Amino acid sequence: MSRSSRSVSRKGPIQGNLRQEAGKFSITVLFGPSGCGKTTILRCLAGLERLESGAIRLGEATWFDGDQRVFRSPQQRDIGYLFQEYALFPHLTVVQNVAYGLGSSAALERRRRVGEMLDLFGLSELGERYPHQVSGGQQQRIALARVLARRPRLLLLDEPLSALDASLREELRGELRRLLGEFDIPVVMVTHERVEAIALADQVIVLDGGATCQSGTVHDVFTRPADLSVAQIVGVETVELARVLEVREGLATVTVGPVELVALAPAGLSREAYVCIRAEEVVLQRGQAGPSSPRNRLDARVSSIVPEGPLVRVGLDCGFSLTALVTRPASEELGLRVGETVTALLKAPAIHLIPRG
Amino acid sequence: MDSTAIWLTLRLAVATTTILFVVGLPLAYWLSTARWRGKFLIEALVALPLVLPPTVLGFYILVATGPNSPLGRSYEFVTGKMLPFSFPGILLGSVLFNLPFAVRPFNSAFTGVDRRLVEASWCLGVSRLATFWRIMFPLSWPGILAGLVLTFAHTVGEFGVVLMVGGNIPGVTRTLSISIYDDVQALDYASAGQTALFLVVFSFAVLCVPCLLRRKGWPV
Repeated sequence: MSRSSRSVSRKGPIQGNLRQEAGKFSITVLFGPSGCGKTTILRCLAGLERLESGAIRLGEATWFDGDQRVFRSPQQRDIGYLFQEYALFPHLTVVQNVAYGLGSSAALERRRRVGEMLDLFGLSELGERYPHQVSGGQQQRIALARVLARRPRLLLLDEPLSALDASLREELRGELRRLLGEFDIPVVMVTHERVEAIALADQVIVLDGGATCQSGTVHDVFTRPADLSVAQIVGVETVELARVLEVREGLATVTVGPVELVALAPAGLSREAYVCIRAEEVVLQRGQAGPSSPRNRLDARVSSIVPEGPLVRVGLDCGFSLTALVTRPASEELGLRVGETVTALLKAPAIHLIPRG
Repeated sequence: MDSTAIWLTLRLAVATTTILFVVGLPLAYWLSTARWRGKFLIEALVALPLVLPPTVLGFYILVATGPNSPLGRSYEFVTGKMLPFSFPGILLGSVLFNLPFAVRPFNSAFTGVDRRLVEASWCLGVSRLATFWRIMFPLSWPGILAGLVLTFAHTVGEFGVVLMVGGNIPGVTRTLSISIYDDVQALDYASAGQTALFLVVFSFAVLCVPCLLRRKGWPV
């Protein structure tokens, strides 16, 4: 049971391979900057856009095959497509919206199914309202209920949380995964928000300039970017060019400017590499602490402190610029102030090396 | 006041509006969705009656439907009658002349509907035709109604095309505005004045209809 796609659009080619197990819940996130072709891929899967070549298959069914000239219309594909702004029909009530795609089933069955969906999504009270009379979060649930009422075989979500305000977005992030988990349907989701991808995805496919840069589990992609552009797209805070001094027993010693770092050595490491360090992997300590397990202990001067909700983003100068993310209480405990000196601790596995050249 | 002319004019206006509803909707929908590069040619053609003098359009229709033209000949072969100087003749002229007054409002009503609603409907398994009637039509209804009202009122006040194609035959092609012209030529200012006033009041009332309906809570 697999599905693969390759597409070429008019603006420039978009290429990629996509495989996901059918008939089972899992979320694949297409991640990348805006304009990288994420939504186009989703539209190709839905049949709203045609591929120029390649094939799309779901289980036994071929939805598109460029060589055999097969093209199934969106109506024939059994998909659920959640549009970015939800695309609820403004002239229909909530019940009519949810029942909209159930035209072919018998009236009784239709009513039962709509009732079931309204219950599941907590919309029973809103049945007779119109879309403009409910909140943004409720609109999202109505749109989800509408697409899932038909029991599609594939669910496509286009930036499902972007139309909501920040606080609601946070609340619904967890909720969304729980709701989708009730259905045994594979999900392909588009987003450019890191947090969304991390919170919702099982697999991530990073796209840039119309090409697949990397795909894999969330953890792999976000902590071990395959190349520099992926590192930038997934938002690794610190990326520095380093010289490789030696490789011994799976550990590589590299220098960034005057600083020596020890990291796990990836395959194919030669003379130079990019050092990638995620801000949340950096541990801060006051003054010169005694020896402990981290191999890398750097003397650093605090150059900036920016609060971000419950966290504090600390800019450090330790021979190169490093960013650390610590909790607010931790920052207060350390008494962090701009200009003061602290020790930054980095475990070897927290430093990811991307071989260069 | 010429009551025969009033009836004839109303018949012509109702028939023109009906035909343009049936023909204009698909044409306008096609114009709002087609990605064909030559589309602007059709758009310009539809808009042509807006800028052409009615006499020019009338002249060409007269020539195109005359007994020596293929269209005129086949019409005569099928019905045994001539197209010019007949009710079907002025109806044809009226439909062509009113094309932009129906198609352009329809078209802008269709383009005003969020494309994603249509795509959402397709993805929910609903056919293109059913999507048109369940989503497109209800959401663009105010614009469609505006086009119909405009077409109706405009047909009632038509002069040049009807005169060129239909001439001035009482009960067959003499519409209200031609009747006014006739009366003035015959120096019957009283009759002309009555008819003219009727036309003013009627047209005004027709243009008010959509607003009044909306106020009554109709989905207009």
